[in-house]
Amino acid sequence: MAHGPAKGIGRWLFATNHKDIGTMYLWFSFAMFLLGGFFAMVIRAELFEPGMQIIKPEFFNQMTTMHGLIMVFGAIMPAFVGLANWLIPMQIGAPDMALPRMNNLSFWILPFGFALLASTLFMEGGAPNFGWTFYAPLSTTYAPPTVNFFIFGIHIIGASSIMGSINIVSTILNLRAPGMTLMKMPLFAWTWLITAFLLIAVMPVLAGAVTMMLMDINFGTSFFNAAGGGDPVLFQHVFWFFGHPEVYIIIIPAFGVISAIIPTFSRKPLFGYSSMVYATSAIAILSFVVWAHHMFTVGMPLAGELYFMYATLLIAVPTGVKVFNWISTMFRGAITYETPMLFAIAFVILFTLGGFTGLMLAIAPADIQYHDSYFVVAHFHYVMVAGAVFSMTAAVYYWLPKWCGRMYNEALGKTQFWISFIGFNVTFFPQHFLGLAGMPRRYADYSLQFTDWNMVSSVGAFIYGASQLLFLYNVISTIRSGEKTDDPKVWEGAEGLEWTLPTPAPFHTFSTPPDVK
Amino acid sequence: MATNPVRKTAVWLLFGGIGMFCFALFVLPPLYDVFCEITGLGGKTSGPYTQEQGAQQNGAQQNGTEQRPVDLERVVKVQFVATNNGAMPWEFKPLVQEVKVHPGQAQKVAFYARNATRRDMVAQAIPSVTPISAAKFLHKTECFCFNNQPLKAGESADFPLVFFIDAELPRTVNTITLSYTLFDITKQGTEQKAEQSTGKNTEQDAPPLAAVL
Amino acid sequence: MVSKAKRLILSTLGTVLLGFATQASASGEAERPDGWSLLNMTEGVTGVSHSIYDLHMLIFWICVVIGVITFGVMFYSMYAHRKSSGRTPSNFHESTAVEMAWTIIPALILVVMAFPATKGLKDLYDTSEADIDIKITGYQWKWQYEYLGEGVEFISQSSTSQASIYGKAPKSEFYLEEVDKPVVIPVGKKVRFLITAKDVIHAWWVPQLGVKKDAVPGFINETWARADEPGIYRGRCAELCGKGHAFMPIVVNAVPEEEYLAWLAAQKAQAAVEKEAINNTLTFDELMTSGEAAYNRSCASCHGVAGEGIPGAFPALKDSVIALGPVADHLDMVINGSQTNAAMQAFGGQLSEADIAAIITYERNAWGNVPEADKTVQPVDVLKFKQGQ
Repeated sequence: MAHGPAKGIGRWLFATNHKDIGTMYLWFSFAMFLLGGFFAMVIRAELFEPGMQIIKPEFFNQMTTMHGLIMVFGAIMPAFVGLANWLIPMQIGAPDMALPRMNNLSFWILPFGFALLASTLFMEGGAPNFGWTFYAPLSTTYAPPTVNFFIFGIHIIGASSIMGSINIVSTILNLRAPGMTLMKMPLFAWTWLITAFLLIAVMPVLAGAVTMMLMDINFGTSFFNAAGGGDPVLFQHVFWFFGHPEVYIIIIPAFGVISAIIPTFSRKPLFGYSSMVYATSAIAILSFVVWAHHMFTVGMPLAGELYFMYATLLIAVPTGVKVFNWISTMFRGAITYETPMLFAIAFVILFTLGGFTGLMLAIAPADIQYHDSYFVVAHFHYVMVAGAVFSMTAAVYYWLPKWCGRMYNEALGKTQFWISFIGFNVTFFPQHFLGLAGMPRRYADYSLQFTDWNMVSSVGAFIYGASQLLFLYNVISTIRSGEKTDDPKVWEGAEGLEWTLPTPAPFHTFSTPPDVK
Repeated sequence: MATNPVRKTAVWLLFGGIGMFCFALFVLPPLYDVFCEITGLGGKTSGPYTQEQGAQQNGAQQNGTEQRPVDLERVVKVQFVATNNGAMPWEFKPLVQEVKVHPGQAQKVAFYARNATRRDMVAQAIPSVTPISAAKFLHKTECFCFNNQPLKAGESADFPLVFFIDAELPRTVNTITLSYTLFDITKQGTEQKAEQSTGKNTEQDAPPLAAVL
Repeated sequence: MVSKAKRLILSTLGTVLLGFATQASASGEAERPDGWSLLNMTEGVTGVSHSIYDLHMLIFWICVVIGVITFGVMFYSMYAHRKSSGRTPSNFHESTAVEMAWTIIPALILVVMAFPATKGLKDLYDTSEADIDIKITGYQWKWQYEYLGEGVEFISQSSTSQASIYGKAPKSEFYLEEVDKPVVIPVGKKVRFLITAKDVIHAWWVPQLGVKKDAVPGFINETWARADEPGIYRGRCAELCGKGHAFMPIVVNAVPEEEYLAWLAAQKAQAAVEKEAINNTLTFDELMTSGEAAYNRSCASCHGVAGEGIPGAFPALKDSVIALGPVADHLDMVINGSQTNAAMQAFGGQLSEADIAAIITYERNAWGNVPEADKTVQPVDVLKFKQGQ
């Protein structure tokens, strides 16, 4: 049993070890993050001033679409799957993931899915240009011919996510060490358990939506075409029935990461563990019944709008509980401010700001003015970037020493934090103003009164983009030449099974299950 | 290694996923249609109004539309608008722009259509009603939208429509707009399409998928 | 809903604290914030837009208060409970009472917020009798307005030139928010907007009227506005609708009722004049000049200013079969649209006979094109073709 990894490329191609697969997921997602980020830079460069300078409007739409698709499906989701692969077996005392070969398959189909998606950029007609929400009929009757590649790409990515989720649920439900009851699991395992259930429930709905598109485009059905008795609005209902749980799929694992980091650096146990579990479950369940709040202007009966408004407001309650719990964890602790903690604190602040704008957006009459404006763009970047990406960055800094037995450069980490934090806010805070003043989202060009804040936003975006290169440099130099450490705990206040393992974590861990009291 | 319980969990989850896929593909669209039918969501009107429906609603045994109660106290303005979808080149317009009717009173109107192109074409009109809250109170006993409408090159026709407003129409609604969007369905298999689009408006229709599989 | 006095207090507070300043002046152009003063939602000029603004500010301030308290506690403990101050951490990790409190209190705050929101929403669904009904149809990438019962109908599209978009000409003050024909509405009258679309989903958004509604092909939506003050209110398409999404602005000109009636009469008179002019024969040069302008307005966004098209998406017109071949096919394509490509609309109902004649003449002779026959097309030819050849 105690053998090391295979040599050469075979180690990766035929990998079944959860740590190797986790590593591949993490690197793949970072590559996608840089690609999606590059598209964002193109967008912000074009929006630096009014007029079209660098690209044409049709290419701009391809950029916004690809940016959204790649960031959501290629960067954030695989990043958290990678983290789950690395950490869940170590946190619950399992030797590996429950289904190692499926684990290999679920990773290795991802590059093909994204290659298919990205190859459309070089095809005649161009990449998908209908936004990451791909509303029909823009994405069906009026779509470029490459839409079929997009549909197959989404199918592959969806299959990968579903397999990854089945693996995670099977692992958590079956391979916990003796004594590791569900309510003793670290919150990260809990949040992933909930996320995996969400994924299994809604990724097939996305697959259903794109399948209906495929049939409308190629086989003459009329799911979304009014001429044949269908309805374009049905697409939006199906999409958001997937889409709203999807945004929680992105943020819920981040809750788990933050719930690990804040107690460590506060040197105090997480406040309200069980209420955290209940709140996360409540958020997940509510996510299935609020989808039409993305469609307040589509023309719904009054009763429908009222229902979706009330249901959406309700989500603020469990979300609030989580934020209050994190703050109480810090309260009367003994806090230090290493890089992971800085990112975690920034997460709490910025995610809460995103929550506030979410609350505003939930108010249906006010949403008449917010809907499809830059206010929405600002809102979801506060929860997606400052939420998911900041927590991912925090997680890498936090667990990297455990993974590779080397310490990252703290000064560089803090520098990267401050550049990211400032860059992020300079980019996205002004977008609130732009949206409120009437600038719609997905605009390739804008009128003159929006110039100043767009310039600020673009400058911020370049700063934020540059900070990610610094992150890449810091991670690589840590792995290659970081200061060695063999302290199992790494962090003074860290609690949990993964910190009882040697540092760096050996290739095989918990071959005999640990005893959990 | 405990492969059995793992496999059991995985298989259950897989079935769950497949179930959700089928739910999205086979259940959501018809469910949405039923939901629209009941609530008038999206301003959709129901299919041909039948006497049984009327009998059900009124709980009476009358056998003719003439016996429907007519509310002479109340006048509702019904507007007609016509839109051509996409590249549909026909001339298409309501012959009267608006009528004032008493709830319960049947009214006949017509839309004028002319195919001024050099080719024979088939069109399908899709109705939509606003305000949404009025959609389920507008009943059509005869409508050109129940069938597809072929016109030869250069031909023109008056498309008939007979409707009445339900006496139950909420008091707050005084104006109803009935909109028709004309789609060019010449290219599609017209026979199949016709069944689908008209069938769509009645209860006993199959989901659109059935036409393909 | 918040009373007028409260609104005044809130907005004054806003102005003092954050420099919000968004009042509309009574004379023509509404004053609008730009540069660094562009910070907040417009209060607008309708009852609905005011109530949306009040709701927005109310929730904004509730969020500010919650934020100050929450972050206040957090920043306090970040400072006071840092390890470097030599503390030993406490070990408490739950308190049912506290956890109950911060579940129930936010829930109550939400209930308080839901009341005005519900009332505001009900106002939007007012279905009382309107004074004017305007049907709005979204096209890829312009708006059509039809005054129901008046026989007035026109297309309104961006009057910003391609040259100024691509930096070859200076940008005007109302760059990308100017149109060739604004929609005119009377002040103080309830205007009902019936909104639909011809191709893909668009959304008609005029912030100062407090109106945003999706235009869905095959379906009709309604919304309404009653402008309290005359002025020019500019809006945009808010739903991604293809490459021209950012280039289909909306301009609403709210005028006193007499002025509105005079405008309406003038529209009808102009339509009659245009009808007369169809029989005039135009010279080649006249057709080419007006053709270039009309082409750049209606065709150039897809087919390119130089007729070059976009490979894979929109065909080129330079040296194309249609532009050089029989004139009847050319007329058929422009008037009736393409049978194979949904993006090529039927322009017969959108453009006047004079414009179609000029565009076709221009396409057949510009960019070095030399047609087989039929160099020019006269308006009357277009009319004859439309009437069934």
